[in-house]
Amino acid sequence: MSGVRGTVEVLGQEKLASDVYSMVLHMPEIAAKAAAGQFVSLYSRDGANLLPRPISICEIDREAGNIRLVYRVVGKGTREFSGLKPGETIEVMGPLGNGFTLKDKRAILIGGGIGIPPMLELAKELNCEKSIVLGFRDETFLLEEMRKAGDVYIASEDGKTGVQGNVLNAIEEYGVKGDIIYACGPTPMLKAIREYAFEHHMEAQISLEEKMACGIGACLACVCRSTEVDGHSHVHNKRVCKDGPVFDAREVEME
Amino acid sequence: MNLSVKIAGVEFKNPVTVASGTFGSGAEYGDFVDLNKLGAVTTKGVANVPWPGNPTPRIAETYGGMMNAVGLQNPGIDVFCQRDIPFLKQYDTNIIVNVCGRSERDYVEVVERLADEPVDLLEINVSCPNVKEGGIAFGQEPKALEQITKAVKAKAKQPVIMKLSPNVTDITVMAKAAEAGGADALSLINTLTGMKIDIRRRGFALANKTGGLSGPAIKPVAVRMVYQAANAVNLPIIGMGGIMNYEDALEFMMAGATVVSVGTANFHNPYTTMEIVEGMENYLRENGIADVNEIIGCVK
Repeated sequence: MSGVRGTVEVLGQEKLASDVYSMVLHMPEIAAKAAAGQFVSLYSRDGANLLPRPISICEIDREAGNIRLVYRVVGKGTREFSGLKPGETIEVMGPLGNGFTLKDKRAILIGGGIGIPPMLELAKELNCEKSIVLGFRDETFLLEEMRKAGDVYIASEDGKTGVQGNVLNAIEEYGVKGDIIYACGPTPMLKAIREYAFEHHMEAQISLEEKMACGIGACLACVCRSTEVDGHSHVHNKRVCKDGPVFDAREVEME
Repeated sequence: MNLSVKIAGVEFKNPVTVASGTFGSGAEYGDFVDLNKLGAVTTKGVANVPWPGNPTPRIAETYGGMMNAVGLQNPGIDVFCQRDIPFLKQYDTNIIVNVCGRSERDYVEVVERLADEPVDLLEINVSCPNVKEGGIAFGQEPKALEQITKAVKAKAKQPVIMKLSPNVTDITVMAKAAEAGGADALSLINTLTGMKIDIRRRGFALANKTGGLSGPAIKPVAVRMVYQAANAVNLPIIGMGGIMNYEDALEFMMAGATVVSVGTANFHNPYTTMEIVEGMENYLRENGIADVNEIIGCVK
């Protein structure tokens, strides 16, 4: 079953870093069904921007019926969203895709850049020993909230916060140990994590990103190379929006 | 009030279907759209064998439109017949199967395989701009188009719709070639070949370099071509290209389309097709028009 589509109210909008915003939306139907690692599609009011913007879910408040999205302004659509004020409305579809499968294993949660937000809900939902490894370019965001959810280790490209370098440098530097990795971030990071997990015989769930159109598995735009024949087209192309965005690292090929 | 129309003897409960490739075989959109309310579901192109399609990125948004280079990824006719046709048969709607291929033999193989299947019409895709071999070659050369139409018609048990490419100098030449080959209907337009460059990466936005432009940006081109084709041949036309609402749909019908297809708009608003049927009904009522057929080609 795909998500719900409707007009929802913006409850709050906050700037977390130069181009990173946090927006809380009131959408009880979507919040009730949502899971960590899933995403919602946001629609622009400007008819010239036709395609929905897929944004990962940062936090779910099922009781209040709210969902928090933390997103980066990268173009016209996300710029428009960042200008929405409390009380205004937006068209949303969700929750979409498959989120993380929570395992009762010592966990390493890895987020890179704008792949960090979904790690917050995941960290809150995982009731086990966990380490959170975050990679930033320069400016940090969501740090305090992450620290409330678990032990946090940081890498930054400019070296101003934590270890200088990437998330794998931080794992090595701080001797972070675990039995399963959950990761979301840029493709080169996920590729490196996938290899790291294979080398260390660890299970890994990675959340992929690809340009999407429909967001519900119909248009076949956002495919990734899968090791097994996919269920839809019987080739080797799983759909990131529908079969993912979270995949077992062994399910996908990353050249 | 009558909303039903006929194409090649097949009755449509209303003149609204979806454009091939934007709607899968209906399963994904079935969660949002009551497929019973559509005149027909036009499926994603199906070939004789599974096609993996093009590398990603396959999609890029443009101002008022989008480009795609999916490359006709599909599971092949066997899976299609086992899975997609039975799914669609649960609904009270016509089934238009879009057929793609790389050679005349590929097309004919699919058409033959569909002969005993409960589908209503075949739409032959000779106009996909994203597949190098075959495909578009048939859609840009009048002799080749006439020949492939004849070959398909010789084997087809269902009425044949030829889907035309807008990437030609004169659409009427192509419409006449399809008519000469025995086509029962035409559908147009497929996407316009375009290109987008990502200036930050200094590269192409699509892995395929070029893609098919669709969406409201192409609508005036599509309306013009439907009008020209409607006045050049004696075949019913399925019109499409950037239809976002009932007003757009009516433009196509007044230009000469009997049925309209909604494509890119499904991505923007999955309810578009149903809203168009409703909007069309209201328009007819408000304007005292008893039969939708009265508006087809009414603008001369």
